[in-house]
Amino acid sequence: MSTAAELKKTWLTPFNIIVGIILLVGGFVTILRFTKGLAGVTNLTDNYPWGIWISFDLLCGVALAAGGFTTSAACYVFGLKRFHSAVRPAILTAFLGYSLVVFALHYDVGRPWRLPYPFFVQSGTTSVLFEVGLCVFLYLITLFVEWVPSALEWLGFKKPRNVIVRMTLALTIFGVVLSTMHQSSLGALYLIAPSKMHPLWYSMFLPLFFFVSAIAAGLSMVIYEGTLSHHYLHDKMDKVYLSEHEGVTFGFAKGAAVVLVVYFFIKIVGITLDNNWHYLLTGYGAWFLFELLGFVALPAFLYAVAVREHNACLVRWAAVLTVLGIILNRFNVSLVAFNWQLPSAQKYFPSWMEIAISVFIVTVGLLVFRFIATKMPIFYEHPDFREHVPHEGEEEEAPEFVEHELKPHPQSFGH
Amino acid sequence: MENTFYTLHDFFVFTKGSAYILMGVILLGILGFWLFITGRDEETFIK
Repeated sequence: MSTAAELKKTWLTPFNIIVGIILLVGGFVTILRFTKGLAGVTNLTDNYPWGIWISFDLLCGVALAAGGFTTSAACYVFGLKRFHSAVRPAILTAFLGYSLVVFALHYDVGRPWRLPYPFFVQSGTTSVLFEVGLCVFLYLITLFVEWVPSALEWLGFKKPRNVIVRMTLALTIFGVVLSTMHQSSLGALYLIAPSKMHPLWYSMFLPLFFFVSAIAAGLSMVIYEGTLSHHYLHDKMDKVYLSEHEGVTFGFAKGAAVVLVVYFFIKIVGITLDNNWHYLLTGYGAWFLFELLGFVALPAFLYAVAVREHNACLVRWAAVLTVLGIILNRFNVSLVAFNWQLPSAQKYFPSWMEIAISVFIVTVGLLVFRFIATKMPIFYEHPDFREHVPHEGEEEEAPEFVEHELKPHPQSFGH
Repeated sequence: MENTFYTLHDFFVFTKGSAYILMGVILLGILGFWLFITGRDEETFIK
């Protein structure tokens, strides 16, 4: 077989073809968005100035990226060192998640080149949106600094890597503070619209709901992402990661079960304090119960049974349900329950181009994740920078990993 | 004909009272849930 034919066979995989089509369509719609404006590609109206790019790309993106601060807090603040191997994948997921949130914002705001205005030109310090923007801006920088040691290890820059690693605890605390603030403030954004939101979703506890549900989402996302990575990137994992994986899965499952139960109960308290019980008998009530029972109570129960029975498969299903539940909740708050009294003819439904851009952005994230995870020490410890202290009775041999992955380690850099 | 007139005070007495009772239920519920999750941990520990 000729080299050209071999190359064609190597590149023309179903994955590459699908990704290629998504990127082409995404590129085409991107050109349309920035030449014809928001009206050219979206179904947004004065009633719905925020559509799927906010509901999915921003609200879901930020919630599902909460695994970064939950994992690093568990490991470095609460001292649960058995989760150490999960920190780097979680930080990478969070960093890419927040990067894509900001990337998606460039599509959604009318004049994206003015995104830095609130910080450097005209600060609206009394606005919740200002706080969200500032926190996301600072947290993205924090996540970048937290992620950078893996890149520096890959490139062989020892000194700067060691300086940044010494800042880990401070960065973690900063990240936890910023995450607590903006995860809750995303919910607080909707406090301004009590007359537009359905009473079952509107509550003075919206900030608390968003924060607590984000923790469950973050823990579940780490489990889900770990499962996918285990399947597709197994050869990039060293013995330490593989040996700690089960402990991470069940430890996080236990945490997610408790957080989901707490979330379930505070939602009930929210209904009680607003005395909204009678709404449960309406159509919106049925939808609310579907979300609360099917995607909060059920995964909490499944997590509990899975931990009790030591069933990893059930943990993964519970994680998938939780992730779907968070997406459903953010869609419900920002789209379904929003403008609930409008006639159905005036309701918002995203155009195919809005959906295409969201799929495009997720695909870009997946590609970047795959590139970084296959090139840099994410699922294994670089032999020159080992931190793992073998447990008692554990062999002190170097972790196995694919040698060629360390090759882009130019000796001319750093040192 | 008698008309019942509910005030804001009535509303808060009712909802807060319900919430206080609920808090007790929640405390017991979370305790039971935690015992359910960790039940097998103890069995492993005893072994």
